[in-house]
Parts: sequence; C-alpha cells; structure tokens
Amino acid sequence: MELIFEISEHGRRGFIPPKLDVESYDLPDEFKRAEPPRLPEATEGDVVRHYTNLSRLNYAVDVGFYPLGSCTMKYNPKLNEYASSLDGFSKIHPYQDVSTVQGALELMFNLQEDLKSISGMDAMTLQPAAGAHGEYTGVAVIRAYHEYKKDFEKDEMIIPDSAHGTNPATASMNGYKAVEIKSDKNGMVDIEELKKIVGPHTAGIMLTNPNTLGIFDENILKIAEIIHGVGGLLYYDGANFNAIMGKVRPGDMGFDVVHFNLHKTFSTPHGMGGPGAGPIGVKKFLEPFLPVPTIGKKNEKYFFDYSHKHTIGRVRSFYGNFSVLVKAYAYILTMGGDGLKRASEMAVLNANYLKAKISETLEVPYNTRPCMHEFVATTEPLLEHGVKALDFVKRMLDYGVHPPTVYFPLIVHEDIMIEPTETESKETLDKFVEIVEKIAKEAKENPKLLQEAPHITPVRRLDDVRAAKQLILRWK
Amino acid sequence: MEPYIPHTDQDLKEMLDVIGVQNVESLFSTIPSEKRINSIDLPDGIDEFGVLSKLRKMALTNASADRYAFFMGAGVYNHVIPSAVNQIASRGDFYTAYTPYQAEVSQGTLQSLFEFQTMICEITGMGIANASMYDGASSLAEAVLMASRYTQKYKALVADTIHPEYLETVKTYVAGPKIEIEKISHDSDGKVSLNDLKSKIDDKTSCVVVQYPNFYGIIENLKAIKEISKDIIFIVVANPISLGVLEAPGKFGADIVVGDGQTLGIQMNFGGPSFGFFAIREDPKFVRAMPGRIIGETVDVDGKRGFVMTLQAREQHIRREKATSNICSNHALGTLYASIYLSLVGPKGLKEIGELNISKSHYLLKRLEETGHFVRTFSAEFFNEFVVKTDLNVSKMNKALFKNGIIGPLDLSKIEEQMKDQLLFCATESNTAEEIEKLISVLEAI
Ligand SMILES: Cc1ncc(COP(=O)(O)O)c(C=O)c1O
Repeated sequence: MELIFEISEHGRRGFIPPKLDVESYDLPDEFKRAEPPRLPEATEGDVVRHYTNLSRLNYAVDVGFYPLGSCTMKYNPKLNEYASSLDGFSKIHPYQDVSTVQGALELMFNLQEDLKSISGMDAMTLQPAAGAHGEYTGVAVIRAYHEYKKDFEKDEMIIPDSAHGTNPATASMNGYKAVEIKSDKNGMVDIEELKKIVGPHTAGIMLTNPNTLGIFDENILKIAEIIHGVGGLLYYDGANFNAIMGKVRPGDMGFDVVHFNLHKTFSTPHGMGGPGAGPIGVKKFLEPFLPVPTIGKKNEKYFFDYSHKHTIGRVRSFYGNFSVLVKAYAYILTMGGDGLKRASEMAVLNANYLKAKISETLEVPYNTRPCMHEFVATTEPLLEHGVKALDFVKRMLDYGVHPPTVYFPLIVHEDIMIEPTETESKETLDKFVEIVEKIAKEAKENPKLLQEAPHITPVRRLDDVRAAKQLILRWK
Repeated sequence: MEPYIPHTDQDLKEMLDVIGVQNVESLFSTIPSEKRINSIDLPDGIDEFGVLSKLRKMALTNASADRYAFFMGAGVYNHVIPSAVNQIASRGDFYTAYTPYQAEVSQGTLQSLFEFQTMICEITGMGIANASMYDGASSLAEAVLMASRYTQKYKALVADTIHPEYLETVKTYVAGPKIEIEKISHDSDGKVSLNDLKSKIDDKTSCVVVQYPNFYGIIENLKAIKEISKDIIFIVVANPISLGVLEAPGKFGADIVVGDGQTLGIQMNFGGPSFGFFAIREDPKFVRAMPGRIIGETVDVDGKRGFVMTLQAREQHIRREKATSNICSNHALGTLYASIYLSLVGPKGLKEIGELNISKSHYLLKRLEETGHFVRTFSAEFFNEFVVKTDLNVSKMNKALFKNGIIGPLDLSKIEEQMKDQLLFCATESNTAEEIEKLISVLEAI
C-alpha cells in the first residue's frame, strides 16, 4: 500500500481548526519554526480510506483465533470499550479537584479492592502502564525494602531459565544481577539447584506460576520457604493469572509482590502492542514502599493517598492508564467472582483439550500432568524434513489463523506455545487441530510449501536481515 | 453470567472425554491442595444493562469537559479532536491486534507505526523515532538511562522547570543504576539559568534535561542551552502540538527528544493512557542504545515493500538482562490516534492550532491582568500556559468558577509549597472567547 505521505497533495486539508475569536498574538520570529514539518496533506476522506485499508491488512482477535501463548488474546468485550468512552471517564483531567472526580476515584478504589480479593494481596497500586512496568515497580519496591532494612548485601535476583525476557531485564534496570536458575526435568524450578544458589545475596526470585511452559510449579511452597529463609522476597509475574482465578491466590502461595496484566487476564484489548495496564499488589509490610498516590476512602469520600512513608516515588505521570482500568472493572462486574472462576476453568479446559488433540500430531514435552491455560509443543522432529517451527507457523497464516508464540520459552527447541483462552469454542479448537494436522502432513510431503509460506497474505515473508542492514526507519 | 464463554454442557462432556478426566476440577490437581480456594470473594456477575447503569452513574459524578470549560493544563490538555480520529482508531482490526510478531498479517500496524515514526521525526526535527513508550514521564526516565548507558557517566542535570511528576519519575528510575540527579535552577523570567547550568557541567555529567515549553509554559532558549552543553547529551521534553509553530528541537542540536503524545488527538482520560514518544538524532551507533520497538522498511520474497520490527537485538526478548530496557508492550494504539490526527490537521492545521493556542492564552492573560487581581510571575514568552500570582483566595476562586461551569487553573501550591497563590492557567484552541469572558465575569464578581 502507498504511504500516507505518498498520497499527500499540497493544499489539501482534512480538518479545519476553530476560528480565532479573540485578538491575535504574534510570537517574535526568533521562536518560530523556519520550515513546516512534512506532514501529510489530505482530505478527511483520504485519511479515512488510508487507515481503513491499513486496518484490513491486520489480523486481530475480532477477526479470528489468536492462540498467541503467554499473551492471553481473549475476546475484548465491546461493552468495556463503550463504557470507557463515556464523557465522564474520558474527558476528565488528572488535576481537577478530587471532589469533582469522585466517580473516577470510586472506580479505581473498587478495582484495587477487587484485585486484592482475586490475588490475596493487601495493598494495590494501579499506576504501572504494562506488565513489564509492573515488574519494574515491584522489583523497585523489593529493592527499597531491602535498602530500608540496610541489607545492602542483597544484589541478586533469581530468575528461571524459562522466564520471559522482561524479568531479567527488569532485574538489571533495578541494579540487580540476574541469576539464572535451571528448570528440572519436569519443567519446574530445580529445588536442589535453588538451595545451592541462594544466600545472603539473594534479594528475591521472580516467578511466573503457572510458568511459561504452562506448568504449575508444584514446589511453590518449598520455593517460598527457601527464598524467605534467606531473607529474600517472592515476585509473581502475573502474565499467566488467567489460569488460576478462583483456584489459588499468589498471596496464599507465599508471594510478596504480584503484578497483573489487565490486557491479558481482564480482557482489555492489546491495542497493536498497547496500552495495557500492570497494577501491582503487595503484602502489608511492603505497602509503605508503593508508588504514590494510591486511592483511599474515608467517610464515604475517595482521596489520593500520598501517605506511603518509604515510597519508591512515581513510575509515571498521574495515576495509571485510567481508561484501561475502566475496561477491566467493567469486565470484573460483568463476570463476577463466579464468572472469573469459570473463565480460568474453561481456559484450562481448552488448553488441555488442545494438548490432548495436538499431542497426537506434535511432540509435547513435559507432558506428564495436566497443563494449565497453555502448553508448549515442538516441531523439532520435522527438522529432518528441513522444516523449522517458524515455517510451520507461517503456513498457519495461509489457513487464516494467527500463529502461536514461537521460540519462547527458550528451554524448548523449535517450540510453539499455544494459549487458546476460554473465549474460544470447541469448534474453533477442532478446526485449529485440523489445520495443525494438515500442516504436519504437508511438512513431510511437501516441505517447500512451508518453507515458502505464507503464500496468500498481503505480503509474503519479509527480509529481516535487509531491514536491519539498510535501516530505513522513516519515509524521506 | 458469561456472555464471553461459549462452552455448552455437551461441549464440556466431550472435551473432558478427550482429555480423559472426570471433571474440570481434576485439571487443577497440580496446585497444592492446602492452598486451594473454591471461590473469589466478589459478587456474582451482572448483565450488560446493569453494568452500564452502574458505570454511567459513576461517570456522571465526574465534571467532564463536555459540560465544563477547562482552563487547566499542566501536562494534560483539553484540545479539539477531529471526529474521524476516534472513528478510525476504534476499528477492531487495529485495537484487538497485538504486537506485530507476525509481520505478514500485521502490515496495517507496521505501516502505521512506520508512518508515525516519520511524523515524529518531522515535527521534532530528529532523525530516528521509536514506535512509542508508555508516557512522557517514563520516556524521559528512559532517555536519562540511555544517556548514562551511552556515555558511561552518571550525573544528570535536570532543569527544575520540567513537569514535577516527570522529575519524580526520573528520580525513581535512576535509583537502580545509581545516577545522580542535580537540579538546574531558573531565572526570574522563568527560563533555565544558563549560569547555573554552566557551573554544574563537569566530566561526570551525562546529560542535561529541559522541557519545551517548560512546566510554567515558558519557551526555553534551546540554542543557548545547546551552546553550553555541547559535550553532553541534550535531552528535550517537548509538547508536540506546539511544534507546528515553535522551532523543532532537532534544529537546536537536541540529541534526544521525548514527550507525551496526549495533545495529538487523545482524550484527557484522567491522565492515561496516551503514549510517550522517543526520538534521537540520526546516528547508527546511538540507535543501538535506544529503548523500545523500532519499525523498518524492507521487501518480501517477491520484492514487494513491507515493514518489520527491526534492531530487535536491543530488546528484552533477545538480550534479556543486557537489553536497553525491559519494555515489551508499548502504547502503539496511542500512536495511531496521533498519526490520524497529524494526517488530518496536516502542516497547515498544526501551525494554525499552535497559533490559536498562543493567541487564546495571551488574550486570557490580558483579560486576567485587567481585573487587577493577577500579576504574571515569569516574564519570558510562553505557548499556551502561564503562571500568575493572585490576591484572591485561591480555593474560594476555584469553587466559584466550578459553580459556574468552569474548571479553573492549577493551584501550584498543591504541587510546590513555596508557590502559594500562584496559578497555572492554560487556554487552548478549544476555549472560546465566550468561555474566557465568562471566567472573567465570575472572577470580577468575587
Ligand atoms: C510471562 C510474561 N511476563 C511479562 C510480560 C510483559 O508484559 P507486558 O508486555 O505487558 O509488559 C509478558 C508479556 O508478553 C509475559 O508473557
């Protein structure tokens, strides 16, 4: 498709600003821009067509099945979009007097309370803008706590080799050394290894449970004991919370800090990459370290609570991604406690059903017990036909489904990580299984079909190497 | 009540049979039984009408810009948004997609981000822009980290005229890598003190940070600041909507320009989400230290133009603990609002909107001065905000305004104690002459 700049014609306009109805003020020339920016010049109709046509090149949850592991691409309810667009939510300013935004604060307060109930934590902040931002905030809280206790020896954060890349990156940003712990033969944290590497330097451990293999780490209580035993804290990466609502709470498993991804578990849309929201919850003893402000309530009035004595400060401006919070709250109201529990149950059912079916075609490592909301399969045996996991999933594009996550977690070779979510029907899953079976057959009979896939998408396989070499990062 | 879950009893039975278990419960057997719970302590679900009634009630208790005139800015602004922006950005093919991991079915996202990167480069006068950060404050924090990473120097000079919440965010982020923050004071005209800046640059200094226009609305003298800070990284926090009229920071030799994109077609949303933008000078080495996703142009196997995420070896999913940042999800949807907005207004519109902001705010200042109750605090040129000191009782004044349908200025003493009786007023193209006259008449009646 043409770029918006390529359809631009000098003199066209898509919007006329309001007329000047006061006397004009002319800024001295020294401040004025010498050359105008080369922005597009197009009519409103041109712009609408351009972006509408762009949108049609996208695959999305509204289009079809999107089993992207670890990302929880569940259906995004329209009610939530509508609610967040109400003038009373979208056209309010973060600095207006609190007495004029009580409804907004009430919503945030209620959401804090609901997330506390769901996670078993004692205090929440809604400030972080994404999962990784929540991780950043949570680990900063842990660091502030150790420093408050004058425990300056603690400079290591333990992270499993199956962890998401944001975990070690977060540890580094907070000044910690990221120490990798191997997984055992069951895909869980190797307890013997853990005992060996913990010590006075251990500030904590960052865990995703269920982990990125979709396996619930059964030794979690033991892990908590070991980490707490050396004065470390447990961080819960809530990316996989969709598996456990109403079943178990991180707060009860020994975790001290938890983040949620509202754009995963609580159905807020992923927005081509964001915005999401990554609230964190902490145990009581960490509350004084939370970023300010949180939302408080006194005598039926809501207020911004700046009282956290040892606050790490702010991690962004204002209070959080408010309209994302509205959507998550609408979702919780709609689902209720019973519905959230059922969401987790059906998410886990769907994953186990797919696993049972797909394990007839592809190898599924660590397949000794039920998985949680997702599982990892491998196409490694197809390497002998010259077919890589990437080829396998690119072929899925020809069949009109979005591929699962590939090459993550790093501990399984040629892996594809499948997360169906609870909003997909048995029919959708059955169709997906058929596609996987078909592609597996094609891989053996006609590997070229996969190696050259996709064939019928708006563009075909793109040259990543060239992109990184030539570095064309803007239109000129 | 689960309108989003499709499973019938029959489905359930068939699926359990395939898995080979009796009931759903047994799928959770790996969770330690002593920690298991059976329910969540929350009310049961509500139907759509019920949810909407509840939320509408909450929304109605908020004083919003459809019913009130706003003279408040300070980082979030009530601008006019063309109707087409929200109409297009609400297409599910955009907002229900995720990060474009599969480029072949994400060209809509990728091309729009490539166009966005271009637009950010154009308005800031920079060479390279990424595909967004969370917000202005966290973008700035990441810029300060990048400056230290690149220079291996650990002292950052920050103007005390940047947004206070941006400064607080930076302070949080520098705690890990132990970067020292030193504040640069301002002169009585409201601009960064060049003398103070000059005296504080030493061989440990990585960067200097200024905001343009600054928190008090003042247009900083970027040229003079650059002359003093030639050997350190020059970071500018810019308000993008001002850059149709104000000279681009890139023209003054900025190394990094960051800021918040809310002013480009995004509702105030109580402060979020918007997006942060992050642009740098064109430099193939510098870009490798940059955080965030970057989109590049390439071709497919048939030679057709296409776009991909590139330079990913900087990022957490590949580089893990050595990544330039931990950022994964960004705020791409916000960039779509901005791209559509900038495409609609074009270069002429952006300039006109900037001029409107300048004229309206200067007219507002003039009318306020004429009441005899307001005196300007800083004398330098400003864009759409300014600080005045008042002899009126501030809380009484704001209450009177509110009663008359007006959200008044920001009381700066709420943010900085020593700013007693100082008000930060803002006027944009959305404030009509009628609103301004009404504001004045209410003030005169106090
Ligand atoms: C396991 C895990 N942790 C953390 C993250 C980071 O979350 P976000 O992208 O919202 O920053 C992700 C997201 O992809 C994830 O899958």
